[in-house]
Amino acid sequence: MIVFDGVQHSYGDRTVLRGIDLELSERRVGLVGANGSGKSTLARMINGLVTPTRGRVAVDGHDVAREGAQVRRLVGFVFADPEAQIVMPTVAEDVAFSLRRHKLPVAERDARVRAALSRYGLQDHADHPAHLLSSGQKQLLALAAVLVTQPAVLVADEPTTLLDRRNARAITAELARLDQQVVLVTHHLHLLADWDRVVVIDEGRVVADGQPGPTLRFYRDLMDGALDDATGRHSDGSPRGPADGAGP
Amino acid sequence: MIGVYVAGDSLLHRARPGAKLLVLLVLTTLLVALPRPDVVTAMAVVVAALALVAGLGARGLGRLVWPLRWMVLVLTPVQAWLAGWERAYVVVGGLVVAVTAAGVVSATTRVADMTDTLTVGLRPLRRFGVDPDRVGLVLALTIRAIPVVTDALRLVREARQARGMRITPDTMLAPLLIRTIRHADRVGEALAARGVDD
Repeated sequence: MIVFDGVQHSYGDRTVLRGIDLELSERRVGLVGANGSGKSTLARMINGLVTPTRGRVAVDGHDVAREGAQVRRLVGFVFADPEAQIVMPTVAEDVAFSLRRHKLPVAERDARVRAALSRYGLQDHADHPAHLLSSGQKQLLALAAVLVTQPAVLVADEPTTLLDRRNARAITAELARLDQQVVLVTHHLHLLADWDRVVVIDEGRVVADGQPGPTLRFYRDLMDGALDDATGRHSDGSPRGPADGAGP
Repeated sequence: MIGVYVAGDSLLHRARPGAKLLVLLVLTTLLVALPRPDVVTAMAVVVAALALVAGLGARGLGRLVWPLRWMVLVLTPVQAWLAGWERAYVVVGGLVVAVTAAGVVSATTRVADMTDTLTVGLRPLRRFGVDPDRVGLVLALTIRAIPVVTDALRLVREARQARGMRITPDTMLAPLLIRTIRHADRVGEALAARGVDD
């Protein structure tokens, strides 16, 4: 369970999140929002990469500000650009790097690395330089390197942004198959169609939250300017957010 | 030269990284302590033999030596002019043999194994404030950064070319630095997410 309790966050004078109260217990949660809406900051808070200026974020009861190390053992994080996430020169070494802090016997570590590479179709690239992989393979490697530690929660911040449609679908299919709770930040709304819950962030606030169908429709309208700012209604006169079953 | 691991199962691949580093140390020490043409020739034969044993083949050996061509072309005439051809052979040949030997070690040793060895070797320095794990990580990140910076350089060059701008070292420096620093920032965040500092 991920809990945001009265969360506010500011970078200097600029407040990027305000009044966030959320309890995320569903296995598949999508976070959507325009560029600069605050969704990536929100996602980073789940891993403790960013701690709230005000309020509290907790994962399975662990406060991300005070128990960052425990939280990072529970929460894996996949970034948009795998190039920055891959820190070791070869594919197998990068997956093994994630297990360093687990102090496993070498045989067990190697077995887990092999299993992770096989799962993501990278077993034939184990000793290849990571920088020679395709973009899709790099993102799969980033995913394998995070999941080899078996986190309880996976947060993926726009992991398909730099990928073509086929690779984006492959990554999303992998995310959907996972046993872990997954929080996916994305602009590719179709990828969230069959997820359990979608949260829309706009200007640092939760403006819609609920089932993917009505919530994504609300978000599309918001982005297309189909919501009348003055009345808070759709341009066809129907009410905004809550009456769609998508309100916060 | 570094970070060019070539997968294999040769005797050299299976040898412990510490043993390989020790052989490398002995070889380079001999080259420095016995600056004679016959020693350089003998060591060159040893290194070539090791490369072949490692399964690198003549082409792999060539790949290790080829990047040194500019150093050879510049240093050899200078040394020959200053100290004679024999001295040039000893100095330049010795350098080529030493660097190639290091390349053979790199080609047969995974970076992770090398950093593990380095970490163990540096443990006694803990009492002087050296963090062996951190040194190993820095080594790995440095090797990993080579293709990243090379790619950044290519992107900066192409961006300038696409806009019809001149490509000179001074105009490349600022954008390259900005890209590199931004990458370093992201890597730092990724390391934090993977619990490196925990």
